[in-house]
Amino acid sequence: MRFNTKAYLQSKTDAAPLAVFRILFGIMMLFSIVRFWANGWIDKLYIKPKFYFSYYGFEWVKPLGDYTYLLFIICGLSALFIALGLKYRVAIIVFFLSFTYIELMDKTTYLNHYYFISLMSFLMIFLPANAYFSVDNVLRKTAYKTIQQWCVDSVKLLLGIVYFYAGLAKINSDWLFRAMPLKIWLPSKYDLPLIGENLMQQEWFHYAMSWSGMLYDLAIPFLLLYKRTRWFAFALVVFFHVFTRVLFPIGMFPFIMIVSTLIFFEADFHHKIINHIKRVLKPKEVIDFKAVLEIKMEKVLVPFLVVFFVIQLLFPFRYVLYPGELFWTEEGFRFSWRVMLMEKMGHATFTIKNAKTGASFVVRNRDFLSSFQEKQMSFQPDFILEYAHYLGDHFTSQGHKNVQVFVDSYVALNGRLSQRFIDNTVDLYKEKESFCHKAWILPFTDEIKGL
Amino acid sequence: MIKKVISVVLLALVVIACSSSDGGESKPKDNFDRQTMLVNWADNIIIPVYQDLDSKLSALVEAKNTFTVTADQTNLEALRTAWLNAYKVWQYAEMFNIGKAEGIYYSSYMNIYPASAAEIEANIANGGYDLGLANNQDAVGFPALDYLLYGVAGDDSAILEVYNTNANASGYKTYLSDVIDKMKSLTETVLNDWTSTYRDTFVNSAGNTATSSTNKLTNDFIYYFEKGLRANKFGIPAGIFSGGVLYPEKVEGYYNQDVSKELALVALQASQDVFNGKAYNGTTNGSSFDDYLDYLQTITDGEDLTALINAQMNTARTQIQTVNTNFSSQVENDNTKMTLSYDELQKVVVLLKLDMVQAMNISVDYIDADGD
Repeated sequence: MRFNTKAYLQSKTDAAPLAVFRILFGIMMLFSIVRFWANGWIDKLYIKPKFYFSYYGFEWVKPLGDYTYLLFIICGLSALFIALGLKYRVAIIVFFLSFTYIELMDKTTYLNHYYFISLMSFLMIFLPANAYFSVDNVLRKTAYKTIQQWCVDSVKLLLGIVYFYAGLAKINSDWLFRAMPLKIWLPSKYDLPLIGENLMQQEWFHYAMSWSGMLYDLAIPFLLLYKRTRWFAFALVVFFHVFTRVLFPIGMFPFIMIVSTLIFFEADFHHKIINHIKRVLKPKEVIDFKAVLEIKMEKVLVPFLVVFFVIQLLFPFRYVLYPGELFWTEEGFRFSWRVMLMEKMGHATFTIKNAKTGASFVVRNRDFLSSFQEKQMSFQPDFILEYAHYLGDHFTSQGHKNVQVFVDSYVALNGRLSQRFIDNTVDLYKEKESFCHKAWILPFTDEIKGL
Repeated sequence: MIKKVISVVLLALVVIACSSSDGGESKPKDNFDRQTMLVNWADNIIIPVYQDLDSKLSALVEAKNTFTVTADQTNLEALRTAWLNAYKVWQYAEMFNIGKAEGIYYSSYMNIYPASAAEIEANIANGGYDLGLANNQDAVGFPALDYLLYGVAGDDSAILEVYNTNANASGYKTYLSDVIDKMKSLTETVLNDWTSTYRDTFVNSAGNTATSSTNKLTNDFIYYFEKGLRANKFGIPAGIFSGGVLYPEKVEGYYNQDVSKELALVALQASQDVFNGKAYNGTTNGSSFDDYLDYLQTITDGEDLTALINAQMNTARTQIQTVNTNFSSQVENDNTKMTLSYDELQKVVVLLKLDMVQAMNISVDYIDADGD
């Protein structure tokens, strides 16, 4: 049974699943933006702080003061336009750019699911998600019943990568053989009704959750692909995400994933959803139905997306290029679907020293960072370095001479006793950020085996 | 098929809704009972501390009443003794910044030091002051009394002259009296709130949320250790935050010149007692952080944090014992003993703030952003 690439690329599928995906994605994004604003997080995370942590190479991306609100309005409106399928191509490009800009403003707020949304919206730029059941159809008086099979499959593939790689990352000795960090997290949920005081305290339950979480993530893409297991898989998806939502403060992510996995269902299911919407909205009927939407520049686009996915498959493994324990150094940790894998906390105290006189003083982090930034900074080496440079620049501009910056930092990982994290004899003000290994991170004294 | 989806989603929503409401709780005993810990804190530590502080302040009020009638050396000594006795109990009370104490900024009116001699003198000279104003926080409380009883003049006879023959002697007496009465009334407010209603509120807030009693008290406890003990008593005078610029005048009990070490040791003992759940009036060891950590250790097979924290607190105590009774002169003559003490206390802070908080899995502050 050889896979015929040419035949596959020519195969067509119903346009409804991608249309429904577009609508739900747009609604979820709009809701996420509104929720973010309503929680006062724009002010708290992007207006109030004095200093923002940048991604290496994206130092030019900064919050825009009060215009940051405008950015969120643009992002929210483009999400609405996506849901409506109104000027879809422009809307999805604007959404991708504005959302990604927001995420790049301060890496303190990095979440894997924000990265997922950036990737998904990037992919959707190239997909004809407005081919069917969109306002664009009405405007152009044209709609399409079918689209290329690979358009729908590429969305499934991206979803599958997220789950499968999250599962791979759980294959490590802390997760499977020490039930960490669930052994820390679950007992603290003692105030949950019914299960808090008993189940959550049981060691066997922590192991059961660790192992089933790993198996769930690895298996769910395949269970969703096959028709016979699909309903079972969807029930698992709902249960798993709702359960984690109850346990952890993970915001909109579970709902976004639940809604996204609907794309795995057959077209008739999506037609029923569309019919329900039609009954409520009673939209204008489109006059001209065309059978197939031909994608422009398909010859360029398909190889481009192949490259995109190859990068997606390889990028999470870049950590093998670095020495040391990944969980400890976090070199290659982000953008790899390592979700809820560690309980890691740090405590970092910075000392500003005059190299000539030896006079030194300790910095109060709260003078410069929000409590959230301080928390995130304390255990991530690239944050510590960037902050050390900020402090060095700040105190130099204040007239301090021969400034050196040292840090006294401790980190505790997955229930191990805290140990010194950064070499406290290294003047961090002299160290430069790069993609190379940071030699001033002290070695982890334990071992975590696994992927 | 859509009905199927809707029913699955609805069921899920019901699960969420049920979980976020406070349902009736059943409590099998295979678990650490956090409420016992709250009860121990409230009934055996916090309320007894406030009661003792209140009675020590009553004694201070009496001594003051005697002194304002007859300002002689004997009555001055008695007043000073009453001040120190109350000040030592205060070292326990300062960390319970919760409930009424938090609402009325109790500790800010009791122990902001150094006191501002200029503001105190201005208040006395001008009269018509309002001791409840925020800008008078450094002109009231124990540090203000430290100034009024030890620093208002060069020696004891000069101090007595201020209260007897000074042109504004009655002004000084009134101010001394007002400061002490204010401390007493604030303490009564806090104590009465605990004994009337707050005790039950406190004990019944046993959840793991940012505003629940366990979380707030844990935060208060660590904050006190880090700020009230480590930074205020050692770090700031020793120039840790000021590039080697020393502040010998910023020690606790600066004018007395003889009690900063004693107060610091009491503060350390108070922290250790609360950590171990030791009853304030007695030797019984009730439920507290130590037992909670021991329980969590049975689940995680981790380090014996209780032993490590107690050992580090003992190390810090040994170090502090080498310091001069007068921190002020220690700072001026050999500051390294102060910074060494600071370093040992800092190690306790790391254990509390990092290892203990991680084991208990509570938030150190109010961070309400999403995780993933």
